[in-house]
Amino acid sequence: MIAPAKTELVTVNIDGKEVSVPKGTNVIEAARLAGVDVPHYCYHPKLTIVGNCRMCLIEMGMPAVDPATKAPITDTATGKQKINWIPRPQIGCATNASPGLHVKTNSPMARESREGVTEFLLINHPLDCPICDQAGECKLQEHSTAYGRGYSRFVEQKNVKPKRTELGPRVTLDDERCILCSRCVRFSKEVAKDDVLGFVDRGSYSTLTCYPGKQLANNYSLNTVDICPVGALTSTDFRFKMRVWFLKQTPSIDPESSVGANTEVWSREGVIYRITPRQNDAVNDTWMADSGRVLYKQVKADNRLLAPTINGAATAAQMAIKAAADLLVGRVVPDEPRGKTAHPEDSPYRNGIAIVGSGRSSVEEQFLTKKLADALKVSAQLVSRVGAGDKILVSADRNPNVRGALVTGLITALPASQLTSLAAGIDAGKVKTVLSLGEDLTAAGLTAAQLAKVSIIYLGTHKNATSDAAKVGIPTLTVFEKSGTFVNQQFRLQKFAKAVPGPAGINDDLVTLAELVAAAGGGMVSFDLGTLWTAIAAAVPALASVSYASLSSTGLLLDATPWAALPFVEGETLHFKPAAVPAAVA
Amino acid sequence: MAYVVERKPLTLSERMYIPQILAGMRVTLKHLFAPNVTMQYPEERPAIPTGYRGVPTLVKDPNGREKCVSCQLCEFVCPPKAIRITPGSVEDQPDRTHVEKGPQAFDIDMLRCIYCGLCQEVCPEEAIFLQNQYSMTGYTRAEMVNDKARLYELGGTLPDQHFKWDKKKDAAEHGNAH
Repeated sequence: MIAPAKTELVTVNIDGKEVSVPKGTNVIEAARLAGVDVPHYCYHPKLTIVGNCRMCLIEMGMPAVDPATKAPITDTATGKQKINWIPRPQIGCATNASPGLHVKTNSPMARESREGVTEFLLINHPLDCPICDQAGECKLQEHSTAYGRGYSRFVEQKNVKPKRTELGPRVTLDDERCILCSRCVRFSKEVAKDDVLGFVDRGSYSTLTCYPGKQLANNYSLNTVDICPVGALTSTDFRFKMRVWFLKQTPSIDPESSVGANTEVWSREGVIYRITPRQNDAVNDTWMADSGRVLYKQVKADNRLLAPTINGAATAAQMAIKAAADLLVGRVVPDEPRGKTAHPEDSPYRNGIAIVGSGRSSVEEQFLTKKLADALKVSAQLVSRVGAGDKILVSADRNPNVRGALVTGLITALPASQLTSLAAGIDAGKVKTVLSLGEDLTAAGLTAAQLAKVSIIYLGTHKNATSDAAKVGIPTLTVFEKSGTFVNQQFRLQKFAKAVPGPAGINDDLVTLAELVAAAGGGMVSFDLGTLWTAIAAAVPALASVSYASLSSTGLLLDATPWAALPFVEGETLHFKPAAVPAAVA
Repeated sequence: MAYVVERKPLTLSERMYIPQILAGMRVTLKHLFAPNVTMQYPEERPAIPTGYRGVPTLVKDPNGREKCVSCQLCEFVCPPKAIRITPGSVEDQPDRTHVEKGPQAFDIDMLRCIYCGLCQEVCPEEAIFLQNQYSMTGYTRAEMVNDKARLYELGGTLPDQHFKWDKKKDAAEHGNAH
């Protein structure tokens, strides 16, 4: 919606139905509130209005008043106030709601206008639907069904334009299909702040193009593909890969940074084909970064860990979990009574065990990691990943769920990027066993020699130096293969769902962790999300009233005050302003 | 009440069997000279009427070019889900100018196919036809899956009046190219 004023409501009449809408709402949005769909191409709720497609033509009128006295004129036939209908159609997108506005969205004049617009748009539109990637989600296709005539009166030859223009590394333009709505131009300018697109030439020669010497190469270029109402802008990655009607949509979360952009994962028969943004007006509007869209490729990556290993030899999952449990529990000094109140902070590497948790794990996994750490009476640490924030939808903190670890109590202070204390502990011989949950320890500053000194248990998805050095390796699932929740930079708890099944024989991370917790004497915990969440709600005060099933698709904003003093690394992004960090901390 | 069937004793001619044998021989002799109604299958094959729905095949256009653009509508419409297509883009080739998309792989599982003909009906490019091949046999399940090469081998070339790619090429070369 175009920034409706918060307070003042006005009553408008849409197709005979009275609705109250915020003043300044345009007719398309007002009609949507009344349950009426006004077809449109160029209008997009998150972009400025240009009104160049003319598809949203409606008939409008205002209550008649006497010009001199301003007294309402009553229609004698009906006894109601007379409506002065404007004799020509108006565009709905650029008409704002004003008190008493009357709109007919489906009058003969409105219908005829749309049919005219549709016929003109179809004149030079190629008959590419069988091969067009947009088919099935194409606005032109939909509106042609509703307002097209079904046959063409056009006997001349259609325009021929370039079919495969590479606008950038990820976007391919089919010029023939373009209806010149300018959504992509406005997006680049207004949201991506990278003003590279524009129209050149006039009339039927009009063409979308990049400014000379520039490319549509910014990290948000694929959003232009999403908002293109036709198949003109296509994703080079998804081009000709699969028809959209075969794809199943699963709500997910972009794990590339702590923004937690809401996404939709499109898969067919266990194969993911693309990732698109899912609207969440409090987080990412309708956008997401290109870098988050290629993450599905890690699912089928060559370096994926596919089998549990002990000393590098493949084994059964149960054997690997048992070996891991033996390594952890075997280190616990026998005369130390279990179940005694643990003081993890007092004993970072008690019994020679170190746990490296992950800011990429879900809240549930971090909760179980915390239980495991408590059972072993050690404290876990995380590794921070900091990159440059782009002020839009990629924040500086590249871990999606550091705040989840804070909320579940896995950590109390913000993590560092280097495990210096662990390295010192290994060098001093205090650490004998390291459990890493998907963190590459060499990337966190440990040397190969240090890794060789300890027994490593590695729970992770992909091969790296740590998994190579691991004594016990247990493969885990990627974010697309499991369900769970993340806490983003706003302390918004958001859930993601399993889009595709994991590779055969790989346990859910929660199963592995629950078994390790049980082996370490932490009691039986459920790995089923529903039951696990009752345990989480009981144990974590901040999540006391939450359950996985009842968590809404737009997430739940948690109270961030307990952590307000921490110096988070994030800068400003869309819909997020960092809280002023107390100067004393810095 | 039980119904008693009266059993007549056999007559002399019936007891001799000769009239019966002669009657039988008459039928035998008649068929000895009558035209054959059976067919020496598989050496001889029946004539298949037009409109017969045999094995689905892929056909080429009169210029011998692939017609299928891998729109996957047949895969979508196929009731037993016998069709499986892997779409792919076609790079510019001299004989296939303006073709952008074509199947990388096209498999029809003939153990699933029910010969309904919906694939032929739905095809926007007139690229898939159920032709007169009716006998599919194989020793393994894998043999019963027709791949793209086999489908084109079975389908051959059918005449059509569209010349779609030629028209596209003409339009680009003449008049309206920008």
